[in-house]
Amino acid sequence: MTEKMTEKIKETQKGKQMAKNLSSQFLELAKPTKQKFLFPNHFISTQDLTREQILSLLNTATLLGQALKQGDKNSDDSQGAAGPTKLPPLLANKTIINLFFENSTRTRTSFDLAVRKLGGSTLNFASSTSSVEKGETLVDTAKNIVAMGAHGIVVRHSSAGSPQFLASNLEIPVINAGDGFHEHPTQALLDAFTMREKLGDLAGKRVVILGDIAHSRVARSNIHVLKKLGATVAVSGPPTLLPPNPEALGVESSFRVESLLESADVVMTLRIQRERQNKMQLPSLDEYTRFWGLTKERASRLKPGAIILHPGPINRGVEVDAEVADGDRSVILHQVASGILVRMAVLAHVCEPKGTAQWLAEVSGQSSSQSTSRSTSGGVS
Amino acid sequence: MTVLSGALLIQGGRVIDPANHLDHEKDLLIKDGKILAIDNPGSIPVAPGSEFLKLSGQWILPGFIDVHVHLREPGLEYKETIATGTAAAVAGGFTSVACMANTQPVNDSAYVTTFIRERAKETAVCRVFPIGAVTKGLKGEELAEIGSMIAAGACALSDDGMPVMNSYLMRKALDYAKAFDVAVISHAEDANLVGQGVMNEGALSNALGLRGNPAAAEEIMVAREIALCRLTKARVHIAHVSTALAVELIKRAKEEGLPLTAEVCPHHLVLDETCLQTYDTNCKMAPPLRTAKDTECLVAALASGVIDMIATDHAPHGVVDKCVEFDRASNGILGLQTAVPLTYELVARGLISRNRWIDSLTASPAKLINHPELGSVRVGGGADLTIFDSKASWLYDQRQNVSKSSNSPFFGFKLNSKIGATIVGGKLVYQNS
Repeated sequence: MTEKMTEKIKETQKGKQMAKNLSSQFLELAKPTKQKFLFPNHFISTQDLTREQILSLLNTATLLGQALKQGDKNSDDSQGAAGPTKLPPLLANKTIINLFFENSTRTRTSFDLAVRKLGGSTLNFASSTSSVEKGETLVDTAKNIVAMGAHGIVVRHSSAGSPQFLASNLEIPVINAGDGFHEHPTQALLDAFTMREKLGDLAGKRVVILGDIAHSRVARSNIHVLKKLGATVAVSGPPTLLPPNPEALGVESSFRVESLLESADVVMTLRIQRERQNKMQLPSLDEYTRFWGLTKERASRLKPGAIILHPGPINRGVEVDAEVADGDRSVILHQVASGILVRMAVLAHVCEPKGTAQWLAEVSGQSSSQSTSRSTSGGVS
Repeated sequence: MTVLSGALLIQGGRVIDPANHLDHEKDLLIKDGKILAIDNPGSIPVAPGSEFLKLSGQWILPGFIDVHVHLREPGLEYKETIATGTAAAVAGGFTSVACMANTQPVNDSAYVTTFIRERAKETAVCRVFPIGAVTKGLKGEELAEIGSMIAAGACALSDDGMPVMNSYLMRKALDYAKAFDVAVISHAEDANLVGQGVMNEGALSNALGLRGNPAAAEEIMVAREIALCRLTKARVHIAHVSTALAVELIKRAKEEGLPLTAEVCPHHLVLDETCLQTYDTNCKMAPPLRTAKDTECLVAALASGVIDMIATDHAPHGVVDKCVEFDRASNGILGLQTAVPLTYELVARGLISRNRWIDSLTASPAKLINHPELGSVRVGGGADLTIFDSKASWLYDQRQNVSKSSNSPFFGFKLNSKIGATIVGGKLVYQNS
């Protein structure tokens, strides 16, 4: 009996070793390529970022924000983007391509502004104007664009893994502006930036994400970033829109929103896509609102100081009540403003690492010489 | 291809055929496509004009048979042709392949079956057995002309890649196939539950943001095929089994005595879903790579005979099919040149017996396609032989690749055994230099 069991265990171990061995041989062969995808060569996923890298990006965003404000103060030109600012022209003479295979207004505009504020120029390619629909492959399209002399690509695509796929085929930096259900790393950074501005250090803070977690790149990237910054994350939504086991992402989960709200420092509501109804995932939007929406009544249970985020665009009255979205706790517009700062930071680090390091050394030299150097929540790590 | 007019004498090898209880150092004389003699080393008299194949202890095995390949001709010749696909087959030690019906046009009529057979006569370097479609156009709506395809030389039936979702139609197909004594091969996946899934569903698919294809999609269909097999008593063959529970279902059905057989692909035996972390489209196939636990169960099932045979599901795809976004990429990978060394690794590690491994590549698949004579080595029998070197390491990469396509996750792998030579109908069609 015991012998048999030992034999069985041995067999099992052998089996494991077998499976492990050849998959690991495959992964070992892929490793050099994987290394190349990492920040600051590219900016593809928050999962691969270290805590230090996240803090350094947030710090750069803070400093760029200060430079922007100083510039605004010194300038009579209220146009901002074109006016003289203290912002460093880190992307001067550089062209960044916005390659968007999915509709987007705010993310594309935000990247666009971020590039221009740093002195660069942008070129926008949307899928409707590209030749992808004519049968050209993604790689061909991208290579053509690179051949036109681009210095970086900002890509959004409905298929997860596309930025990584581009990065493995192109010689210029790739920045992920959202890939399928996988990641939306700049969104997670801007959310963390916003939370830190409002709440200070995120260690020990509790963030509740509500909605369609299974199909949300925003949720995934946020979970990675928030956990690295020491926050705890809980998710809630209809079982059809939660991943089969959310715990695998390192978060708590509940099908009941109420049980999570009282302890929350941050509530992030995600957009509910109307087509989920047609995809047999939701009986109706009304029913979603009734059980999982951030209604006025539910928002009233939040503790004082708790804030509400939404990555936009909002379906008012569906995932969040209009009054809540516009209320005191809402920092939604603040998120939009933060977006430009963190995107500037990402672009600077990825597309102009040397100049950025130099500028950071200069400004931190200045600020350390100032006796009134203030410690902001988004400050130096 | 080297065509030998006279006799061929193979010396210095070890003849192994579990089906005939052979495992001895023997010389082997071939003439006119048949094995004339199997005798002790040095004891076969050398006739003038004979050619020699001198071995140094390599194994002489019945020619390997792969019941699941996609040769892509007619219609998709940019991926593979009967000529290039069979060249890859013999380089991988296969002397016979059965090719799936999802060509363009679909092999759903005697005309296409005949075309494939004729093209094979002209261009193939190994035996080619067409598999006919179960339903017209693989649409799952009405029966294809099964009888006529069998009469034209089809060896089995399958809507591979497009599971027959209508259970009534599948039942009728099974009933009808009984008249011709052919197996119906099921690509067992519930297409609705698969949905747009592109990898195994679980924590990893969730983390990677790729749509999941749950193990349940396969298990539901395997359970259905077993129920229909019980109902009709027709021959059912489950293609590319990939989950632990599917194995369990098949085991119970076999214990019941149902006429059910099953195959497993090398990639499901040796790779698991962790490979998907790379988003490499060469790890995308249907059914998908599963968990390490599943691979373990599949290996055990192959070892015990619950899974009867190894089949490659050799699925060549061009750059336009594979060098694209993960969601858009076609399913499937090359298999013919790597199947033997990858699965022999399981023998070398003591997970599967040598004889079971040989059986899974010879006698078992031979029975499935109704050609039992192909899976053995015996005097008077046909000379389809695979010369196998169990101790030779080599690097598999594009330079060794014979297929017209290059979609393999195994490029760069060091493999620890290799094909020495392949003999089809007495002709030496491949020799490793």
